[in-house]
Amino acid sequence: MVSRSDARAVDPGSELLRVDNISLSFGGVKALTDVSFDILRGEVRAIIGPNGAGKSSMLNVINGFYHPQEGEVWFAGEKRRNPKPHNIAYQGIARTFQNIALFKGMSTLDNIMTGRFTHMNQNLLMQALWRGPAEREEIANREKAEEIIDFLEIQAIRKTPVGRLPYGLQKRVELGRALAAEPELLLLDEPMAGMNVEEKEDMSRFILDVKDEFGTTIALIEHDMGVVMDISDRVVVLDYGKKIGDGTPQQVRSDQTVIDAYLGVAHDE
Amino acid sequence: MSPQFLFTIEVIANGLMAGVMYSLVALGFVLIFKASGIFNYAQGVMALFAAMTLVGIQNGQVPFSHLINAVFGTNIHHFGWNLPAIVAILITLVVMVLFAILVERLILKHLVNQEPIILFMATIGLAYFMEGFGDLMWGSEIKILDVGIPSGGSLWLEEKTIGWAAEGSNYYGMYIDKLDMIATVVAILLVISLTLFSQYTKTGRALRAVADDHQAALSVGISLRKIWVIVWTIAGFVALVAGVMWGAKSGVQFSLSLIALKALPVLILGGFTSIPGAIIGGLIIGVGEKLFEFTIGPLIGGATENWFAYVLALVFLVFRPQGLFGDKIIERV
Amino acid sequence: MFYRQAGDFKTSYRGDIQTFPLKQDRIGYYLVLAIAFLVVPFLLNDYWVSAVILPFLIFAIAALGLNILTGYCGQVSLGTGGFMAVGAYACYKLMTAFPEMNMFVVVLGSGIVTAAVGLLFGIPSLRIKGFYLAVATLAAQFFLVWLFNKVPWFYNYSASGQINAPERLMMGFAITGPNASPAARYLFCLVILVALAVVARNLTRGRVGRSWMAIRDMDIAAEIIGVNPLKTKLSAFAVSSFFVGVAGALFFSVYLGAVEVTEAFGINQSFLVLFMIIIGGLGSIFGSFAGAAFLVLMPVLLKNIMVGGLGWPTDIAAHIEFIIVGGLIVLFLIAEPHGLAQLWRIAKEKLLLWPFPH
Repeated sequence: MVSRSDARAVDPGSELLRVDNISLSFGGVKALTDVSFDILRGEVRAIIGPNGAGKSSMLNVINGFYHPQEGEVWFAGEKRRNPKPHNIAYQGIARTFQNIALFKGMSTLDNIMTGRFTHMNQNLLMQALWRGPAEREEIANREKAEEIIDFLEIQAIRKTPVGRLPYGLQKRVELGRALAAEPELLLLDEPMAGMNVEEKEDMSRFILDVKDEFGTTIALIEHDMGVVMDISDRVVVLDYGKKIGDGTPQQVRSDQTVIDAYLGVAHDE
Repeated sequence: MSPQFLFTIEVIANGLMAGVMYSLVALGFVLIFKASGIFNYAQGVMALFAAMTLVGIQNGQVPFSHLINAVFGTNIHHFGWNLPAIVAILITLVVMVLFAILVERLILKHLVNQEPIILFMATIGLAYFMEGFGDLMWGSEIKILDVGIPSGGSLWLEEKTIGWAAEGSNYYGMYIDKLDMIATVVAILLVISLTLFSQYTKTGRALRAVADDHQAALSVGISLRKIWVIVWTIAGFVALVAGVMWGAKSGVQFSLSLIALKALPVLILGGFTSIPGAIIGGLIIGVGEKLFEFTIGPLIGGATENWFAYVLALVFLVFRPQGLFGDKIIERV
Repeated sequence: MFYRQAGDFKTSYRGDIQTFPLKQDRIGYYLVLAIAFLVVPFLLNDYWVSAVILPFLIFAIAALGLNILTGYCGQVSLGTGGFMAVGAYACYKLMTAFPEMNMFVVVLGSGIVTAAVGLLFGIPSLRIKGFYLAVATLAAQFFLVWLFNKVPWFYNYSASGQINAPERLMMGFAITGPNASPAARYLFCLVILVALAVVARNLTRGRVGRSWMAIRDMDIAAEIIGVNPLKTKLSAFAVSSFFVGVAGALFFSVYLGAVEVTEAFGINQSFLVLFMIIIGGLGSIFGSFAGAAFLVLMPVLLKNIMVGGLGWPTDIAAHIEFIIVGGLIVLFLIAEPHGLAQLWRIAKEKLLLWPFPH
C-alpha cells in the first residue's frame, strides 16, 4: 500500500492538520471553547479528557460532521470551508466510532470493500454491464482489501456477516474498513473501549504497525491512560470543552492542571 | 357581505369539520406512537373494523355467516334481534380490548426491539389481515350505521345566514352538516378526557412515563406489555369513535380505511408525538384541501382532495421534517 | 453428499466473486434458463400465461426494482403503483407517437422516463427517513394516479379515459394487441426479466450496491467513508424506478392491453409489490423472484381450491386471501425477516451436509 506516498513523503514531522480557536455549541450548550492544536505527519496524537470533555465533538469537527461556529481547520496546508463528511473522506481522513458503526447486513469483506469506496469510480452503466472495467476495478480493489485482511489477521471471518462477530473482532473489522481507504489521517474514537487486556494489546500492536508500515498519521481518543502513555507521541488534554494540556506523555502526566482535572478538583469559575 | 365571501367561509367551516375527522384518526396514531414507537398503519382499518363490528352487533348479524353458509350449506344471517346503540357500543368496546390483547400477544411481543420500519411493515400486514377478517366476519357490502346521531344540513344555520348576503344575491344560506358539528363536539370531549386521563390517573402517568423513556419506566416497575395493551385499547376506542363518525357520515365501507390514510400527512404536519399537533395538523389539512379544491381545483380538473394532503406533507417534509411542533433533530455520532 | 462445495477451489478473485460460485449452482442456473427459453414456450396455453406466468415475470421485475430501493438501500416506498403507472403511460405515449419504434426501445424508454420521475420524488429522501419517507412516497402514488386520470393528453383524449395498446410486432410475431400469441408475449417478457435480473445482480455486488447497503445499514458511517448520501439514495431511486417503470410498461402493453389507471395502478399494487419483497426476502435477488412467484401463485391456488374445489363464493375466497397475506407478512417479519430467500439459503446449507449432518 504505497499510494498517496508522494503526499506523505513531504517531510515526516511537518504539520498535517491544525485546528485554530475552535468553538462549537449546540443551542446554548458549549461543547468546545477556543481549542487549538496541531497534528504532525507520522505521529500518534492522543486526545484525552474526562467524560463530556468534548473529545468526540473534536473528532466530529475534524471529519466534518459538525461545523464549528468559530475557528478554522487546516488540513495538508489548506484551510477548509465547511466541507461535507463525504468530501473529507476523499481528502484522506478516515475514522472509527466509539460505538461500532459497521454495516451489519454485510460480510467482513464487503465492509472492507466499502472502505475502498473513494478509490473506485466506475459509473452505474459500467457496473450494470460488469464485464470489463467494472470487474477489473473490483478485482484490483479486492486485492487491496485482502492485504488489509491479512494485515489484521481476519482471513477466517472474511465472509461472515459482521453482526455475528464478537465485539473485539468487530472493532478490528472497523479498523480494517478505515484502513482500506488508505487515509493520510486516521481518527480512532476509543478503539479499545470494552476490551480485555489481551485484546487491548492486540489493538495497540495494530495501531503501532499501521503507523510504522503505512506511515499513517493517527489521532485517537482513549480512556486507558496506560495505553495512551505507551503508544502516543503527543497528547492533548481537554476538559469541559477547553484545552488544558498539550505535550509529550511525560509532560502531560506531570502537569498539575491535568492531574486536577482527572482527580476531580473543584473547578473555580 | 358578498356571497363569494360567505361561500369561502362555508368552505373553511366544512374544511375544519373534515379536519376534525382526520384528527380523530391521527389521534390514535399519536397515542400508539408515543407509547411504543410503532407507526400503526392499521389505525384506519381499526376504525373500519370497529364500525363494522358495531353495525354487525347492533343488527344482530351472525359473525362469519357467509363462511358458515358456504361450508355447511346453511342459510343463516341474523340472530333476529336489534340491540340498542349503547349496548352495541359497549360490546364493541369489549371486542376492541380483546383485539388489543391479541395484538400484544401475537405480534408486539415478538417484535420488541425491531427496527421501526419492520414494525411499520408489520402493521401494514396487520391492516391487510384485519381488512380480510372484518369482511369475512361481517360481509363486505356497504352498511348503514345509525346510532341516533342526527344528520343533514342545519336548517337553523341556513336560515340564520341567508340574511347575511347582500340583498337580491343568489345565496341560500350556509350548509353545514349537523353530524359534522356533533363530531366536532365529540372530538373535543375526547381530547379533553384523554388529557385528563393522562394527567390525573396512575395509568395515565405510567403511559407518559413510557412515552418519555422506556428504560426508565421499566426500571421503576411499569410493565411495558401491560402499557401496550392499554394503549392499543385506547387507540381501539379512538378508532371506534372515528369509525362511528365516519361511518355515520358516509356509510361503513372499505374507502373508510383509505380516508384514514390521510391521517399520515396530518401527522407529518403535526409531528408524530404531539396530540395538539395531530389536531391542528388535521385542521390544516382539512381546510387546506377544501380551499384548494374550491379555488384551484376547477382550473386543473378537480378531485384534488385525493392528493393535496400528501403533496402538502411532502413539501413540508422537505422544509421542516420535524413537523410544526417537533424539536429540531440533532444527530449524534 | 451430492450437493457440495468441497473440492470446488477458487484460484482467482474473479472466480470468487461470480454470481454462482458453486459449480452445481451454475449448472442449475443454466438448466433453468434453458428450460425457460427452449421448453416452456411449447407448453404454454392462454390460461397459464395470463393467470400465472406473465404476472409472475412482470411482478418479478417490479419486485427487483423495489428490492433495490427498499431491500438494498433501506428506503421504503409505497409509490410503486404510481411509478408503474408512469411506465405504462410513457409506454403508451411512445407506442402511439412512434409506431415504428422497436418494442425493446419503447420499454427501455418507459423505464428511463420513470427513472426521471422517481428521481424527482426521491429528492426528499435526503432529509427524511423511514416511515416519513413512506408517507412522502404516498404523495407520489396519489398524485401520479390523479394526474393520469385528469390530464387528457396522457390518454390521447380518448373518450373512455382508458389507454389501449396497439399491435406491435417483434421479428414478425405480434407481442401486443389481441393477436399476440402466448409464447411471443412470454418470451418478450422473459428476455427483459433475465436481462434486468443480471443488471440488478451486477449493480448489487459491486461498488454501487455496497454504497446502497452502507446507507441502509449505517448512513453516518457510510458518509464518513466517502459515500455521498444524496447521490446514493437518488441512484437507488432512479434504478429502482427504472425497473418498476419497465414492469408498468409490460403490465400495460403485453399483459393487460387496456388500462384504467385507478384500477390497475392503485395503492394496492404498491402494497402487493412491497409484500412480495418482504415475503421473498429483503435485499435478495432470488427473494424478489420467490416473493413474486409466491404472491402470484397463492391467490390462483386459493381460488382453485375454494371456488373451484369447494364451490365457495369468490368474495369469501378474496377475504381469506387478505387474511392469509396479512398473516404471512406478520409471520415472516417475526420469524424470518429475510424471507423465503433465507429459508432457501438454510435449506442449501443443510443440503451441503446431507446426509451426514456431523
